[in-house]
Amino acid sequence: MNERREIRIDVPVLARVEGEGALDLHIRDGRIENLKFRIGEPPRLFEKFLEGREAFEVPDMVARICGICPVAYQMSAVQALESLFGWRSTPWIEAMRRAMYCGEWIQSHSLHIHLLAAPDFFGFTSAPEMARDYPDEVRRGLRLQSLGNELIRLFGARSVHPVGVRVGGFHCAPPKDRVARLVDRLRAALPDAENLVAWTASIDLPKDQQDFVSVALKHASEYPLYSGRIVSDTGLDIPVDRYEDHFKEHQEAHSTALYSLLEGRPYLVGPLARLNLNWDRLPEPVRSTLAKTGIPFPSRNVFHSMLARAVEIHLAVVEAIRLLENYEPDVPFVSGQTRAGSGFGCTEAPRGLLWHRYDVDENGKVLKARIVPPTSQNQARIAEDLHRSIEAFGLDHSDDELRLHGEKVIRNYDPCISCATHFLKLKVIRE
Amino acid sequence: MDRKLRVAVHKFSSCDGCQLAFLNAGEELVELFELANVVHFAEAGIVDPDARADLAFIEGSISTHEEQERIRRVRENTRFLVPIGACATSGCLQALRNQADAARWFADVYSDPSKIDHLDTATPIAANVSVDLELWGCPVNTRQVMATVSSLLLGAPPREDKEKLCMECKRKNIVCVMVTQGQHCMGPVTRTGCGVLCPGIGRDCYGCYGPAENINGDAWGRWLEQKGMPAERIARRFRYIHSEAEAFREAGRRWREKS
Repeated sequence: MNERREIRIDVPVLARVEGEGALDLHIRDGRIENLKFRIGEPPRLFEKFLEGREAFEVPDMVARICGICPVAYQMSAVQALESLFGWRSTPWIEAMRRAMYCGEWIQSHSLHIHLLAAPDFFGFTSAPEMARDYPDEVRRGLRLQSLGNELIRLFGARSVHPVGVRVGGFHCAPPKDRVARLVDRLRAALPDAENLVAWTASIDLPKDQQDFVSVALKHASEYPLYSGRIVSDTGLDIPVDRYEDHFKEHQEAHSTALYSLLEGRPYLVGPLARLNLNWDRLPEPVRSTLAKTGIPFPSRNVFHSMLARAVEIHLAVVEAIRLLENYEPDVPFVSGQTRAGSGFGCTEAPRGLLWHRYDVDENGKVLKARIVPPTSQNQARIAEDLHRSIEAFGLDHSDDELRLHGEKVIRNYDPCISCATHFLKLKVIRE
Repeated sequence: MDRKLRVAVHKFSSCDGCQLAFLNAGEELVELFELANVVHFAEAGIVDPDARADLAFIEGSISTHEEQERIRRVRENTRFLVPIGACATSGCLQALRNQADAARWFADVYSDPSKIDHLDTATPIAANVSVDLELWGCPVNTRQVMATVSSLLLGAPPREDKEKLCMECKRKNIVCVMVTQGQHCMGPVTRTGCGVLCPGIGRDCYGCYGPAENINGDAWGRWLEQKGMPAERIARRFRYIHSEAEAFREAGRRWREKS
């Protein structure tokens, strides 16, 4: 009863997250005395070496922030620069951007569900290991992932650091026959996407109801990807250029990591936050497929993030078909003069809100860049969730069980640590 | 062979994009895990950073003290060590700080840079330990990494391509974007291997596979200078993804001095 248990659990390298992360947990007398979600990813200083660059150089540079969501970085950047320069893109360009972005959602979400998250819920350490017992499920995931990659390649020639995006639009309009072949593949993948939603809904997840704030883009009529206003379930509703008025980064005591807060509170971005705020924008048949699972949204269970990812894969397949089925090539880009000023861009990366600001001088060169990636926005929420859910899970579990649960919580957010330009390694305080 | 090839994938300062050459490989990824014994690949769920390996792929550049230490241990534990991608072969974009005032850059971004483990430089793997083969490209593709695994499984030395992109582009009958449109295509100075993706969609190559062998960066720049491109922009073309690859660094320096 008064048993003293003092354990330290160090997980120096987190498996199955993108980038280098680690978790330190220090428990004394049945309470968490110290919990740290450390990021070991060294800063690469993107915002500094963007300075002095011309606009045309930016999309291929910011892609390198993240190999898993390069399209998102390119899209937020071109949106910011075009809005500053006053270049009006065409409906064709906007539609094709949305289609390409769908490819990244399919690829990134499939990678996360199958290779990174699902093994946790079936007791495996890796997807190839899980493939021995669940070959159909893993292969379905790999098929969807490769379909997403193919959709990115259609516009970008390759799926990691694609080369097709430019400020103003695309370097080239894809040929009609290639688009038609891909639409056939997308149609054929609809059953896979629907089955994936049902499968992720059937996985026995921890039932952990939490109180958190969801933040996402909201568009007048569509499920948000490339554009919209920034909204929250606490009443925030602002255009993207007002982001800095409401969201602040600050330093925590004993920590060098920047935390991003909305009006002083941690908040959630990403698939669950998006679905919580935009379930009413789901088109058919995505809405019915979700309804069949019987899981109501908005959801307070953060573990429903995986289901939200599956729903968004289904949505992205349906959307890509809609956008491409009557495809005709068109003028792939607009251009014009550059001008000095500040430009803002915000899109929904697979992991959530990705906000960019560029200050440009009269020669069209970047004076200052600011990039706020989703993972650094989620950092405060992850720390809050870890503390809460590990205590709720029960500190009398074995070290291994606690470690696995902690890792599961972190992986559920799909933290993309390479992207998190403002993530810093935390020092562990040792007694 | 009485035992499986032991393969490791290690990550240093990078975007994780080169590891996707494996993770995006679909069926081939499952096959790799059957043919080889994957001993460390954190992103795929296998964590044993100090495992001994016959073949280790290294993603990322060395930009912290911890990484300096870790790459030495990986070298000791590895028979055949292969840096993959721009970060590992030349430092990639983060190596731009090597030619800048790195201390000021850190101070501009972080209020207390002393709390972050960092070096003032980001360097390729070969600048830190000996390497056995380099796979260039930002990112490397599945064909490059799997060909290396296959060669070693068969006991054959992997092939390294240093030819210029231009040659492959010509063989593919792609209309030259430099000659016909005056684009600043880096095909004449860039190593082949990507599949001629950029000229293939009508745009300029931006050198993401690094310098080819025996390049002439002065001649390349002079051609563009005659077309009216400022020397400073020519310099920036070299000071991009592979700014610290020697041939690009030197060409970039000379064009910068002219501007």
